[in-house]
Amino acid sequence: MPVAVRVIPCLDVDAGRVVKGINFADLRDAGDPVEMAARYDAEGADELTFLDVTASSDDRATMLDVVRRTAEQVFIPLTVGGGVRSVEDVDRLLRAGADKVGINTAAVLRPELLGEAARRFGSQCIVLSVDARTVPPGQKPTPSGWEVTTHGGRRGTGIDAVEWAKRGQDLGVGEILLNSMDADGTKDGFDLRMIAAVRKAVTVPVIASGGAGKVEDFPAAVAAGADAVLAASVFHFGDLRISEVKQAMKNAGLEIR
Amino acid sequence: MPRIVVLDYGSGNLRSAERALRRVGADVTVTSDFKAALDADGLVVPGVGAFAACMAGLKAVDGPRIIGRRLAGGRPVLGICVGMQVMFDEGVEWGERTEGCGQWPGTVEQLKADVLPHMGWNTVRAPVGSTLFAGLDADTRFYFVHSFAVRHWELPDSEHPGNSPIRPPVVTWAHHGEDFVAAVENGALAATQFHPEKSGDAGAQVLRNWLQDIVGA
Repeated sequence: MPVAVRVIPCLDVDAGRVVKGINFADLRDAGDPVEMAARYDAEGADELTFLDVTASSDDRATMLDVVRRTAEQVFIPLTVGGGVRSVEDVDRLLRAGADKVGINTAAVLRPELLGEAARRFGSQCIVLSVDARTVPPGQKPTPSGWEVTTHGGRRGTGIDAVEWAKRGQDLGVGEILLNSMDADGTKDGFDLRMIAAVRKAVTVPVIASGGAGKVEDFPAAVAAGADAVLAASVFHFGDLRISEVKQAMKNAGLEIR
Repeated sequence: MPRIVVLDYGSGNLRSAERALRRVGADVTVTSDFKAALDADGLVVPGVGAFAACMAGLKAVDGPRIIGRRLAGGRPVLGICVGMQVMFDEGVEWGERTEGCGQWPGTVEQLKADVLPHMGWNTVRAPVGSTLFAGLDADTRFYFVHSFAVRHWELPDSEHPGNSPIRPPVVTWAHHGEDFVAAVENGALAATQFHPEKSGDAGAQVLRNWLQDIVGA
C-alpha cells in the first residue's frame, strides 16, 4: 500500500491564540492552540501546522511555549512556520518540540538560509512555504504566470513561484507547502493548475493549501498532484470534519490513515 | 518502572521520544552520560537528518561503544529512524560513504521512489512472531520521514531462517517505490525506520511492546 495522503489542519496563532481570517485580514479569535491541536489529533489529523502570524518579537517566546505545550500532549508531527528568519530560529522551534519548520519570507530575502538549515537539521525538517498568486495585471509576467509573495501575501516579489519551489528543492528543503493566495479564503477549491505545475517541477512532497471549501475539493487536489492537503478555516469553524474529508478521499480511491 | 535513557548526541527532537516513552510508563532521562546510558534498563538511540552527521554526533559521546557494550551484555537498545540506520555497516548519502556501528551487515542508501522524502503514514508487513507489532492490525499506519533506507537484508531472518544456528532476526518491511526494512527485532537490539514517538496510539503500542516484552523481559 502506498503512503497515505495526509490531512493537515493549520492553526494561525497570534500571541498564543488561534485566529483565522479571510485572505489574512479580519482575524477572528477562537481558542487555545494546544486544546485545538489535541482535538484535531483525536479527530484523525495526520499532522498539525501552526502558522505564527505574530508581529512582535515578544510574542515569539509565547509561540515557543505553545509549541512546547502542544508537543507534551500531541503525538503526531507538528510543523511550525511564520517569522522564521535564521538557523537559530529553526533550532529554537525544533528544540521546543516542532518536527518541521516552515520558511517563507526569510528564504526569499536570502535563499541560502534554506540550504544552511537543511544541512544542519536535515532536509526532512525544512519546509519551503510558498505563498503564490497570479501576477497582477500590469506587472511583469513570470514564466508560469504565478509569483511568490511575502508578508502574508501582501507583497509581490516577481519571482516565479514554480521555479522557486524547484530552487527550494535544489537547496535541500524536504517539502513544499504551496499556498495559493488567489484561492485562500475563497472556499472555491484548491488551485489545481498551480498544484499540477509545481508537482511537475519537484520530487519532494507537495502540500496543497488555500481554497478548500467542500470535501470534494480535497481528492481533486490529490489528483492534481498533492501529497498532502492543508486547510484552516473549514476545520476551525466546523464547516468540515477531518473524518469527512478522509471519507471523501477514500471514496475517490485514495489511501488514507 | 523501567529506567530508560534517550541518548542525547545533538540529534533532532529528543523531547518527543522522551514524552512518548513517559506516556507509556517509562522513567525517562535524556542524557549523553556514559554510565547512565550503560546502566539504564533500556537505551533509545534517536536520530534525524544526515547519516554522517548522526554518526559524528554519536561518536562524540562514545555512542558506538555504549551500544556495543550494552548488546554484549544483552541489554536492550532501540534505534529510531537514523538511530536505526546507524546500526548497519554503512550509509551512502549523496555519494558520501560513512561507516556505521556495524551491528548488522548492510548499506543504507537512497530509496528509488518518485517522491522523496518518504513522508507520511504507511503500513508495514510484520512477520509472525514480531514482538514490537504485537496487538496491532495489519493496516495500522506509522509515521515515516526519510529518503534513505536499508533495501536489502543480508542475514537470515525469521521468514528465511535457512540452517542458521542462531535465532534469526524478525524483519518487518514497508514499501515506498520499493521494499525497505521498516523494523528489526534481533534479541536485545531493536530498531524502527518510522517514528513511533510521532505515530500516535499505534506508535505508543510499539513503544509499550518494547518496554514490556523486550526491556521488561
